[in-house]
Amino acid sequence: MAEKFLMKGNEALAEAAIRSGCRHFFGYPITPQTEVAAYMAKRMPKIGGTYLQAESEIAAINMVLGCASTGARAMTSSSSPGISLKGEGISYIIGSDLPCLIINVMRGGPGLGGIQPSQADYWQATKAPGHGDGQILVFAPSSVQEIVDLVAKAYDLAETYRMPAMLLADGMLGQMMEPVEFPEVEPAVHDKSWALTGTKGKRKPNIINSLYLQPKELEDTVKARFKRYEIIQEKEVMIEEYKMEDAEYAVCAYGAMARIVKTAVVKAREKGIKVGLLRPITLWPFPQKEIAAYGPKMKSMLCVEMSMGQMVEDVRLAVNGSCPVSFFGHTGGVIPSPAEVLAEIEKMAGGAN
Amino acid sequence: MILNMLIAGFGGQGVLFMGKVAAYTAMVQDRNVSWLPSYGPEMRGGTANCSVCIDDEPIGCPLVLEPETLVVLNAPSYDKFVGSVQPGGKIFIDSALIDAKCDRADITAYYIPCTQMAKDEGLDGLANIIMLGKVLRETGFTTFEVLCEAMKKCVPAKKAHLVEANLKALKLGFDYAE
Repeated sequence: MAEKFLMKGNEALAEAAIRSGCRHFFGYPITPQTEVAAYMAKRMPKIGGTYLQAESEIAAINMVLGCASTGARAMTSSSSPGISLKGEGISYIIGSDLPCLIINVMRGGPGLGGIQPSQADYWQATKAPGHGDGQILVFAPSSVQEIVDLVAKAYDLAETYRMPAMLLADGMLGQMMEPVEFPEVEPAVHDKSWALTGTKGKRKPNIINSLYLQPKELEDTVKARFKRYEIIQEKEVMIEEYKMEDAEYAVCAYGAMARIVKTAVVKAREKGIKVGLLRPITLWPFPQKEIAAYGPKMKSMLCVEMSMGQMVEDVRLAVNGSCPVSFFGHTGGVIPSPAEVLAEIEKMAGGAN
Repeated sequence: MILNMLIAGFGGQGVLFMGKVAAYTAMVQDRNVSWLPSYGPEMRGGTANCSVCIDDEPIGCPLVLEPETLVVLNAPSYDKFVGSVQPGGKIFIDSALIDAKCDRADITAYYIPCTQMAKDEGLDGLANIIMLGKVLRETGFTTFEVLCEAMKKCVPAKKAHLVEANLKALKLGFDYAE
């Protein structure tokens, strides 16, 4: 068995990226993800990699664009306000069909907001990471071990489908320490014949570009990309179903919030309420079919988030009226407690009886 | 749950390190553990706190809002958290820094003058570790041997000369009788 380490989420994330073959990190410090950059600054020079603190988040994401163009595994990391700054670059990377890894350790917003844990960037990550028609892969770990596992997965799928992947964590996951092991797996190798590596006079130049002035040509590239999205939605969805076998009620939550819900679900079960947890691990592709299938079987669903209610819209779309879907959450860095979630579960179960 | 602990005090009192040593006992014994610090402006002189959960089951909520075990190293933390301890729980108070006497009948209070003890024994800065020894004695969340082993793992190589003082502080707290 691999050795276990007690590590902060942010540090485990950085180590996992390095073990996945990332050798080029471009970032700019921001709480609560600064440990990612600090870890990279310490390790990268020792293993022949690049750690570069850019002059801004905008510069950092454009360095990722350049680096990813060569086929290298590039990465940037930030927290909510910094991700907004990266929006333009993310859109360019989508439009250029380049793989890369982007980390968002979410904090409260909007604006400069606060520095405590939040999930208020769900819409940004899953609906509009940048302008234009386009998606990125979005992974939502709920433990430090899952951060490690999903970093490897994110790079693999990003390269398989030639698109950016985002790991959407929050301040709680970034700052907490848990035991973690790093699986001894060689990073998957993908065809990168598209990469800009120099023709050496032997082949036609590759071109990486997101500018198409002919509408038809642009439409074709977007449509080709959406064909890939369909495959991803078919094949790459990840969801954890917890105590759902006999459940009459379901709570939907992701990331750190899902752990708090788990504690509440256990307590509700002790009180005789047949409730389970549906935890999307991929937020895009969203587990639309999986949640839809539960709709008719549930008396009611509850969505709990550290926001004013964002994922709840996707849950409602998925069940499409087949069961009522209510929402509970706090925002701005306030974390819903297990007791509050339990009270909401009791309200849901009581209200339906 | 084997340990469900909140440690609170001023930044600089070793609140986070104390939690880390407790967390490492779970690594030694291959148990599940989570260690969650408060972060932000409190690190610059205000209050700092840290949640530690140890269990054989997977840890759900890593945030300890209603501790079974509460450690307070300054008066503001006592005022803030004394009401949150679960009925039947334990509160550990550094009585060298906190004058308050716990008036809750449903929890057990332990008064340890850690900061004074550290000063008297030439262990300045190790009041937190003395307290950890006492917490172990009263909660039995692991064995003294495992705690010593965890301590050795937590002290970085360049500070190896401090291991002995830390182990002495642990023993001092473990043996302390009010």
